[in-house]
Amino acid sequence: MNIHEYQAKEILKKYNVPVPEGYPAFSIAEAVEAAKKLSTEVCVVKAQIHAGGRGKGGGVKIAKSKNDVKDIAKSILGMNLVTHQTGKEGKKVRKLLIEQGVDIARELYLGMVLDRVTSQYVMMASTEGGVEIEKVAAQTPEKILKVWIDPAVGMQGFQARQLAFGLGLEGKQVGNAVKFMIALYTAFVSNDCSLAEINPLVVTKAGDVLALDAKINFDDSALYRHQDIRALRDLDEEDPFELEASQNDLNYIKLDGNVGCMVNGAGLAMATMDIIKLAGGEPANFLDVGGGANVETVRNGFKIILKDPNVKAVLINIFGGIVRCDRVAQGVIEAVKSINVNVPVVIRLEGTNAKEAAVMLQESGMDFLVAENLEDAAQKVVGVLK
Amino acid sequence: MSVLLTEKTKILVQGITGSEGSFHTHQMLEYNSNVVAGVTPGKGGQKFDEKVPVFNTVKEAALQTGANASVIFVPPPFAADAIMEAAEAGLELIVCITEGIPAKDMVSVYDYVKSRNTHLVGPNCPGVISPGIGKMGIMPAFIHQKGNVGVISRSGTLTYEAVGQLSARNIGQSTCIGIGGDPVIGTRFIDALKLFNEDDDTHAVVMIGEIGGTAEEEAAEWIKAHFKKPVVGFIAGQTAPPGRRMGHAGAIISGGQGTAADKMKAMQNAGIHVCKSPADIGKMIESVL
Repeated sequence: MNIHEYQAKEILKKYNVPVPEGYPAFSIAEAVEAAKKLSTEVCVVKAQIHAGGRGKGGGVKIAKSKNDVKDIAKSILGMNLVTHQTGKEGKKVRKLLIEQGVDIARELYLGMVLDRVTSQYVMMASTEGGVEIEKVAAQTPEKILKVWIDPAVGMQGFQARQLAFGLGLEGKQVGNAVKFMIALYTAFVSNDCSLAEINPLVVTKAGDVLALDAKINFDDSALYRHQDIRALRDLDEEDPFELEASQNDLNYIKLDGNVGCMVNGAGLAMATMDIIKLAGGEPANFLDVGGGANVETVRNGFKIILKDPNVKAVLINIFGGIVRCDRVAQGVIEAVKSINVNVPVVIRLEGTNAKEAAVMLQESGMDFLVAENLEDAAQKVVGVLK
Repeated sequence: MSVLLTEKTKILVQGITGSEGSFHTHQMLEYNSNVVAGVTPGKGGQKFDEKVPVFNTVKEAALQTGANASVIFVPPPFAADAIMEAAEAGLELIVCITEGIPAKDMVSVYDYVKSRNTHLVGPNCPGVISPGIGKMGIMPAFIHQKGNVGVISRSGTLTYEAVGQLSARNIGQSTCIGIGGDPVIGTRFIDALKLFNEDDDTHAVVMIGEIGGTAEEEAAEWIKAHFKKPVVGFIAGQTAPPGRRMGHAGAIISGGQGTAADKMKAMQNAGIHVCKSPADIGKMIESVL
């Protein structure tokens, strides 16, 4: 799960991670009020959307005086912000964060993720703050310092010192950075985060170390023990199709093609998308209906797939293991009867009772195209588009 | 022969009285798997299906029945604890089916299990089957056939697809290992490959990966240096967009890492026979045997 910058900073503050003074604002009036409360004359107005690259897209602006905040807030609030992470359609700005101005001496990078190679959390620091860390990692990996955290004892002071000295910090900056890092680690593990990125981490001219920006993601599997974090979910930031699917316990991701797919199992769903592409088509979505494909899940799956106007054909690919194919076939027949399916449907059912299922589909009197195997299914669904 | 699950394996089921656990224990028994005990805290003394004794703790179950392997069907909040209990009891093989265990819990579990003499498979996996011997997991047994191809996969139903293609060509399997779709898993491709390398009855291996992480690249390097048998590979997610989690917690392209193209290239460079299409896995194995 993803949250806004202002929410991330509120969480970090609770764990004594230093952040600039700031207040969220959901209207122009609130933005003006927020600015009044700040201790600096220079303020920063920041668009709050779930995507990076906001500055480049014109979503972050500096107000040289508090009087300018109103006009700047007006220009950002409600704008359609396009960044390299939003896609070309962009995202509407509904919230702002009004922050104090900071006297920046250095911009650094600090991040924490799960390292799958070692199965440990790793904290990463780099002097190349403020830029895309992926580029630094690809072009100059030696500029990223890393410490791996032993889960039995947690992050140790010497590890934070290694990073702080490695970043070239001096004097009281070192102590401040060490405190910052240990606090960030504590916030991370206490909240079951899956990613924390402080980019940039700034050192002020006074030697303070602050999180100028903050991005935090959470492990969805651990949300059951963090009701407070679950409450931070912003439905406005989610794709409406995907939101509806998740409410029906379906795992759906919208893509740009025209072949809708409905599959049981994530790996097979990805493989089905791949073979559609190899056959010359473009998948319109990823949809995993899970282990218990029944009438209800198939019906909901169809509804979501067909809401996408780009879909010109649907491919259903179910490998029945524990699930019986004849039950899935029954589900498909009933679902198609009860909703208006106006595009060709190709069905491939394999596994338990697949033969019985094929007979049921043929005898249903409906226009299904029944495929023999994976290859045949892809050829058939791409064939009907021509 | 086979790996992990052999004639010597005596299986206990953690969470045997739950709905998932009891359903799949029936299926395992039907396949003549050697299930000797069950564990559900508080239900010790009962008998499952009037024949399998149920115990309160893994230690007690292992002592009384000689069980040396466990398959876990415990809900996510309690699964990490269940794995550690099995490891502490000295079981040689632990297969965790549970999906949705918090990553932080698994980081601790991985560390705990590492220092003990056990193989953890999973979590979030279909389990392990050695056709003709038995199964510990949720895969449909009837699609399998006894034979000489080892299968290692991060996926569930896609593994069944591959096995289905093999069996349709009368190519049997020695052991099929679902290693799981999570970021932290006990047995990785390399661990499974090491076992198959030493198994005389495994003549070739199918390796099914997916986007996310770098486990396939590491395995490819290891194969190039050490593996003695032909390997056929497939990577799911060639069309997956970056930054989106494709179902499995581990299946995400992030920070430019974990793309299908990178993995396929690494595998080709290691001499692995890479299938572009998931429909070609069976054909490809036939051609290398």
